[in-house]
Amino acid sequence: MPATLEKPAAINGSKPPTHLTVKIDGVDFAYGARQVLFDVTMDIAAREITAFIGPSGCGKSTLLRCINRINDLIENAAITKGRITLGGVDINHRDLDVIALRRKVGMVFQKYNPFPRSIFENVAYGLEVAGEKDKKRITEVVEESLRAATLWDEVKDRLHESALGLSGGQQQRLCIARTLSVKPEVVLMDEPCAALDPIATARIEELIVQLKKQYTIVIVTHNMEQAVRVSDRTAFFYLGKLMEFNDTMKLFTAPEKPETERYLSGRMG
Amino acid sequence: MHAPVDPSPGGAAPHPFAKPKTHRETYEFLIRQVLRAGTYSVLLAVGLIFAHIIIKGVPVVFTTKAPFINTNFLTKLPETLHVIEDKQGKIYETSPQGSDVIKKELGGNMRSEKTISYSGGGILGPIVGTALLVLVCMVVALFLGIASAIYLSEYASHGKFIEGVRLAILNLAGVPSVVFGLFGLGIFVLSAPVLTDTPHERSLFSIPLGFTYMSFQGWDTCVLSGAFTLAFVILPVIITASEECLRAVPQGFRETSLALGATRWQTIWRTVLPFAMPGILTSSILGIARAAGETAPIMFTAALAFKDKLPWQGDSGFFGIFTQSVQALPYHIYTIAARIPQSEYSERAQYGSVFVFLVLVLMFAITSVLLRRKLRAKYQW
Repeated sequence: MPATLEKPAAINGSKPPTHLTVKIDGVDFAYGARQVLFDVTMDIAAREITAFIGPSGCGKSTLLRCINRINDLIENAAITKGRITLGGVDINHRDLDVIALRRKVGMVFQKYNPFPRSIFENVAYGLEVAGEKDKKRITEVVEESLRAATLWDEVKDRLHESALGLSGGQQQRLCIARTLSVKPEVVLMDEPCAALDPIATARIEELIVQLKKQYTIVIVTHNMEQAVRVSDRTAFFYLGKLMEFNDTMKLFTAPEKPETERYLSGRMG
Repeated sequence: MHAPVDPSPGGAAPHPFAKPKTHRETYEFLIRQVLRAGTYSVLLAVGLIFAHIIIKGVPVVFTTKAPFINTNFLTKLPETLHVIEDKQGKIYETSPQGSDVIKKELGGNMRSEKTISYSGGGILGPIVGTALLVLVCMVVALFLGIASAIYLSEYASHGKFIEGVRLAILNLAGVPSVVFGLFGLGIFVLSAPVLTDTPHERSLFSIPLGFTYMSFQGWDTCVLSGAFTLAFVILPVIITASEECLRAVPQGFRETSLALGATRWQTIWRTVLPFAMPGILTSSILGIARAAGETAPIMFTAALAFKDKLPWQGDSGFFGIFTQSVQALPYHIYTIAARIPQSEYSERAQYGSVFVFLVLVLMFAITSVLLRRKLRAKYQW
């Protein structure tokens, strides 16, 4: 889709590209007394796609949700040691504006969950809560975001219809558009294709690869092939520990740790 | 029920799928019938009550001639019913004014006159009073109830203290309504703060504010006191139901909204509350229908047995409607059913009032169902 490929550049075209890297430094994380992450240290490079893989319950989603502090919602859940920095700033610092952080670090969830409102309202939500009043500006950004999420052509004639009338894949792209509308630096994706069929998945993957040009992307996935297809680097988690973090190709072809190899071979047959 | 198959006695090979002969089936049958009987007897009781009220009440409220509704009963204030009998045995039921006219006409032809308090005229006063009480109660209860529910479900952290608060709210639901009435009397009628230049002498204490005084002398028996008391009666229902509705909104909506940079309050206002609202309103309206029917809480705080003026006909004019005491339907029903001598002539007002009251409550229920449908259609997920 060359027409939609050109457009995303316009979104961030006006502002100078910043390269905020996410550094995770010796992080322990616990839900109350139950510790789920142990001393995780890794750097997530800007404008790359980093995949988190590992068996269920290994802490990969938890770590992802730490990066925009959406775990704040869960009581007694907290980082107990270490810190996460975004562009050198500790995101758990007392004075940090968590709203501003979340606008820099967007998130796409596993279950596509558009609000039961119109397509337009869904994408405009982020701007509206930020206090944007200018209708023209909102309309522009909605269009830009929908184009960036390769959804514009499919929905441009029914922007004011309910988002729930879209197919699953379209709904998830709508959620991505909604995330892009606030112009984040980092986009976190928590198994974005888990609830989608293979064709819709392929489109989302294609989209993710396109988005890499402007965004730092972290994606949690259970799908090995997906990690191989989209990611530049892959982190393998096991029992709350980061076992191995390497270039995707290296990790998959020549894993250094026996656990990694066992996991990869077990899953890939 | 069909009897268990009797296995052939002589030791012949039994049917392989024959039911074992046990008492289990008999038990099953008995239990089922007991449960069924329980259910049907409830239905029967409800049916009898409704039938009785409708049969006796409909002739009072509806007429056979156009406009088919007894407008007098719905638009006049209650008054004393005069029953005059002349020597020919003819009976006149009339109002106090009418009785004078009839007495003059009959002259020496009159045999007897009976008066039955509150049973003549109509019930506009109680209807208006109940409407005002319910209106103010709804505003107060919804505000306090939804506010607490939002706090409890969205903001408060789980701990011993909040568990205690929840328990207290649940226990509040079990407090007898007469206790609420006394609570309202103590708090709202006798000691709630008012702004006044001349504090009452029974005021608990008054705080000078420079231009006026804040005097803790209570609001007196009035719509406000009654409505606040009623609001407290139904608060537990509203808080509990609202909390449940808020919790039913998918957590994903909250996470998404926050992840888009919304504040907590923006999230609640834009993505949680709209989707919880259908449920909150439905259960609240049913709660409010209950408030409309409470008698004990308004007995000490708002209601009068009889009042010859509508709320806006008082000394303070239209804006005094909330600071006037009023008649209310449940209390009116209590008065005409239990506080006056019973006779064939008092029945009309009794059944008429109860019937009108039932219809009002039914309208509440219907409103809540319609409202829920409408909101559901708009905000479903």
